[in-house]
Amino acid sequence: MQEIALECIGARKVFYIRKETRPKVKPSSEWYTSPGEGGTGGQDIAQPGAGTVEPDAHAGAGEGEREPGTGVGNGCAGVRCDGNGGLDIHSACNGGPDSHASRGTGTNGRHRGRLAVSRVVATLFPKSVKVEAVSGVTFSVKRGEIFGILGPNGSGKSTLIRLISTLLLPDEGEIRVFGHDVVRERFAVRRLINRVSVEAAFFKKLSAMENLSYAARLYDVDIRWARERAIDILKRLGFSESKAYEPLEDLSRGMQQKVAVARALLTSPVLLLLDEPTTGLDPVSKREVQDFVLEVRGSHDTTVILTTHDMQEADRLCDRVAIIDQGRFVALDTPARLKAGLAKNGETVTLEDVFFTLTGKALEESRLDEGDYSD
Amino acid sequence: MRGITVIELVREVRRSYALVERNFNLIKRYIGWEIVFLVYTVVNTLTIAFIGVNPAGGGGGGGDRVLYLVVGALLWGFLSVLFHEVAESVQWERWEGTIEYSFMAPMKRLSYLGGVCLYAATYGAVRTVVVMLAVVSLFKLDLGSANLGAAFVVLLLSSLSFIGVGLMAAVLPLLAPEKGSQAAHILEAAILLVSGVYYEVDVLPAWLQPLSRLSPATYTLRAARAALLRNASVRDIGSDLALLLAIGVVLIPLGLKVFNWGELHAMRTGKLKRSG
Repeated sequence: MQEIALECIGARKVFYIRKETRPKVKPSSEWYTSPGEGGTGGQDIAQPGAGTVEPDAHAGAGEGEREPGTGVGNGCAGVRCDGNGGLDIHSACNGGPDSHASRGTGTNGRHRGRLAVSRVVATLFPKSVKVEAVSGVTFSVKRGEIFGILGPNGSGKSTLIRLISTLLLPDEGEIRVFGHDVVRERFAVRRLINRVSVEAAFFKKLSAMENLSYAARLYDVDIRWARERAIDILKRLGFSESKAYEPLEDLSRGMQQKVAVARALLTSPVLLLLDEPTTGLDPVSKREVQDFVLEVRGSHDTTVILTTHDMQEADRLCDRVAIIDQGRFVALDTPARLKAGLAKNGETVTLEDVFFTLTGKALEESRLDEGDYSD
Repeated sequence: MRGITVIELVREVRRSYALVERNFNLIKRYIGWEIVFLVYTVVNTLTIAFIGVNPAGGGGGGGDRVLYLVVGALLWGFLSVLFHEVAESVQWERWEGTIEYSFMAPMKRLSYLGGVCLYAATYGAVRTVVVMLAVVSLFKLDLGSANLGAAFVVLLLSSLSFIGVGLMAAVLPLLAPEKGSQAAHILEAAILLVSGVYYEVDVLPAWLQPLSRLSPATYTLRAARAALLRNASVRDIGSDLALLLAIGVVLIPLGLKVFNWGELHAMRTGKLKRSG
């Protein structure tokens, strides 16, 4: 299992591939070097196979062009960092979840200000078949960052989201959400996160408001505040208030997905896990959701992990993007650098071109993949 | 520390209420089916009661016989609702696809299951009262010699033991997503057969009779009939009540333990996710 890891020292950026599993991808060494746009402080890409993983080791090393918050030397990422690497209080969460004031006071100082995923391996057993869905994935995400994960169906994107959201136990490795271990401190992690899954999972006979009330009560959010906030969020997403009282089964998939987004945001999560949140939405709705994600990041300093098939969406929203294939990250950088790495002779390169080159698959082909267990 | 514990307890109770409210909201949305099920249960209970009025072949009928059968039907109705709601809570959420969302919430599993049990007990009690009123309105049942207080204690303690059985059955869909629910139904059918719901357990074949001693429903029915038909006091049925309490005290923590183990197994193997 030979890994190639190249590192641009100034930028602390590492791409890696595993030779024997990526026969189609033979990028040149230039592919892996930074175009030299200066330091990207706090990129924090840990180095697989390079010894001890220290996701925080690079914090505050410089200033990133699209970094959501400049590292301040003590591991803090967000602009409202409390100075101890912990998390700030959600100022807009009047009456919100009880945990706002105390959430994020992680127990492991090295990881307090970030999500740190370290050499995670996860095996699933769909239909009694053993499938290694995630293989040695390592990365870290700073507070306030939008981190995209792109990959074909079955590549392990959703499995990774499930691992972070405490719904799956990793076989190996460690995941810390702002200092809390997802295995040993599940309850603490759950207070920090919420998730939108690709399938709008609801009690479809119930109305949007009844489903959102249920969610609010599960998270012990003040129910009166939650109902007002739910209407605000739904309106912001272009969802008329009158529809909020109709059974979800009578609404389109796009409308249901908007309710799923509202449900996740209702609890003001510190870490928002968006698993293909705009799948099934029309272009206008898609743009509304994307705008809202950016707005939430801007106003709440929420950290976002976004998996998507939509390359334009990833390009627009994400500070950094990882491309995953067969359970392994094959690239990780800002969208601009990923594209720059592929461009030759000044030609225009899209993120889709990068995806195609690294996974060896056309996007449509990836959507049609069979045997999709790990997604 | 004590203050924090009380606050956390209150929060957990509030979270439990989420399940109660959600399920009653679902009843409102499925009101047509609820009415159908209720009517069917009433008719089914009346049918069983009529067997007591005029048993096949004649003779042996009468008020006590009717009451004997009605007690069996009502208690079984209540306990089976309790068992169903608890045992199928996970399966239902898997089917709706909401289980990952519910299990990802910062809520202790005890609170989640407590909410399910609270709803099940309330729903079961309401249904039982409706059926009982229908039966009482049709038959002139003599409850003059019934000890209703003792019967209520029986109901309370048997609820504990059935919640325990239900918790263990609830884990089955986590272990075997496609077959778990079926297994729970088989367990329920076995309890119905061996517990003497409509007959004394000594009419069972000898090889089945030991199984009746494993079922909490056996002690529930024996104690309830003693209280309602023979005016037995709590002291008179003390041994059955003690057994029911013991079963509940053992089965509820055991059920929670088994459930937690099953949940961890599902999280390790990726079976929380709905497939199919």
